[in-house]
Amino acid sequence: MSAPDSTTTRHGMGPEDIDWTAATTTADEAAKRAGGDGSSHQAGQEAPPVQTAAPREAAAQPEAAQSESRAAKRIGSLEILAGVLVLLVVLRSPLGGLVSGAKLQTWTTVFVSVLVQAAPFLVFGVVLSAVIAVYVPRAFWARALPSHPALAVPAAGIAGVILPGCECGSVPIAGSLIRRGVTPAAALAFLLAAPAINPIVLTATVIAFPGRPQMAIARGVASLVVAVVMGWLWLRLGKPEWIRLPHRPDLDDDSRARAFWAACRHDIMHAGGFLVVGAAAAATINVVVPGAWLQSLASNPVVSVLALAVLAVLLSICSEADAFVAASLTQFSLTSRLVFLVVGPMVDLKLISMQTGVFGRRFAFRFAPATLVAAIVIGAGFGAVLL
Amino acid sequence: MNKLTQAVIMLLLGGSILKATITDVFLRYVKAGLRPYLLVAGVLLVAAAVMTIWFELRSGATAPADHGEHEHENEEDGDGHGHGHDHAHHEPRVGWLLILPVIALLLITPPALGSYAAGQAGAVALTSDSDYPPLPAGDPAPIGLLDYASRAIFDGGKSLSGRTLQLSGFITPGPDGHPMLARIVLTCCAADGRPIKVGLTGSATVDAPPDSWVQVIGVYSNQVGKDPVNKSDVAYVEVKSWQEITEPKQPYA
Repeated sequence: MSAPDSTTTRHGMGPEDIDWTAATTTADEAAKRAGGDGSSHQAGQEAPPVQTAAPREAAAQPEAAQSESRAAKRIGSLEILAGVLVLLVVLRSPLGGLVSGAKLQTWTTVFVSVLVQAAPFLVFGVVLSAVIAVYVPRAFWARALPSHPALAVPAAGIAGVILPGCECGSVPIAGSLIRRGVTPAAALAFLLAAPAINPIVLTATVIAFPGRPQMAIARGVASLVVAVVMGWLWLRLGKPEWIRLPHRPDLDDDSRARAFWAACRHDIMHAGGFLVVGAAAAATINVVVPGAWLQSLASNPVVSVLALAVLAVLLSICSEADAFVAASLTQFSLTSRLVFLVVGPMVDLKLISMQTGVFGRRFAFRFAPATLVAAIVIGAGFGAVLL
Repeated sequence: MNKLTQAVIMLLLGGSILKATITDVFLRYVKAGLRPYLLVAGVLLVAAAVMTIWFELRSGATAPADHGEHEHENEEDGDGHGHGHDHAHHEPRVGWLLILPVIALLLITPPALGSYAAGQAGAVALTSDSDYPPLPAGDPAPIGLLDYASRAIFDGGKSLSGRTLQLSGFITPGPDGHPMLARIVLTCCAADGRPIKVGLTGSATVDAPPDSWVQVIGVYSNQVGKDPVNKSDVAYVEVKSWQEITEPKQPYA
């Protein structure tokens, strides 16, 4: 993330060619940028300003020209949307009849409720991340965080305390932080810590486990440790090219208001779309897995820890609610329930889906399993000591 | 997906959230406390849609985007591809999926969780209070299912005995096939909903179909059963009389 967004645009193609071989991150960004600008012509033919840029870009990226001609034949998305909406209204009553079985009805209810629950946190997270991306100067982060990455990681993790909310909002915020020059390791520590250690979530945990305040303490400490460990692990093993932040020229708009709303729009559509995928997965698990299965897994201490870790991933419950669910899993040991609370806000279907969208697949498919292992080991360790 | 399409989808999403919130339909999915947040989120979504449409139409009208304020650190050479017309690249195609919640909220409007969910999950963990305040005045005295169950299990029914009680909930088939009175307890949203179930004994047989809402007048029973799903204690109530009622606006406990 060392290259500011403006350099490549300003210097034309020359530096980009060097970037391809030199700094991998920049090369990736450049690839995104070149590809991105290419395809921007597809739908943007009616915009005169783009034409000046077109020959230069088309020469550099031949496929851009092809996609342009392909795009010309395409029916606009607005027309498709209009068609879909008309169809839906016409087919309204058969559609309603389709959702009549108890199972499907429960699925739809859970699906909608996950989305309704997450919507405010998503929207607030998106707005905050747009503020970070557009209005907070890069220099602020350089001053706010320790310059040494190894120190910036725990600082960013602890900073998670100030973000009240659940995990849906923190993904776009972490993306914005990286975009604004925060070292990825620190942004990731923030991403993992914020949904688990903020005051709302810890208060909910205290309420859910009456008479056992050590549960909330263990949760906060274990989550922070996992976040910091993952941040340091990223410093040691992480490769910058795993993170593919999509090129976002709209963030460098001359008009800040326009840039702000463009960032909001993009993140809502993007993170929101992946949230829908996650909500559908969570609803499916909720309907398909009967609670009685869990009963048989609770007796063995090792199996129970693993079972609840997997359950936390599958259920994708909001971090503000998971303590109450953990409290109701009375047949499980406290340690396994602590693991449930540590894993849940860091790795779940909804988060994996959103991280894939915001950071790219190569990132999510490495980061999520590693975080899961770290959260299980550290969570179980703290559970054995503190509970 | 171009920006106008995205704006329409955001408008629909924000609108459907606002509609569900204003008409209290949202109580089927989440807690009442989320209302202000949902309203703000809905308004922000609509605002994002309106601003997108506005900037889109305006940039269409004044074709070469004005480079008036160069306050931004990125001073481009004026080819304008920082704010060309339509950055279709990486315009998230996944955003199409946001139509699904719109359809679900506006066209299907799924009902609150009922007996299927109640049979699926283990009963909610009851918390024992050290002291139970006296029941509200009235004969019968209205009492929530959760309150009844925790008084019956942890307090041995001390604060319940001698009073006629009024409970309401929906009917769910118990493990032995006998109907039970149930309510779903939400902590956040329907995804974490857990049932609280109370068994029905006594001479008056409740034969309402599953998922119908009933109001039961009865007295404390010292019978205790086990939830087959998570082996938690289940309280019973002795039914004196019952009647079907319409589903309350706030269906969850």
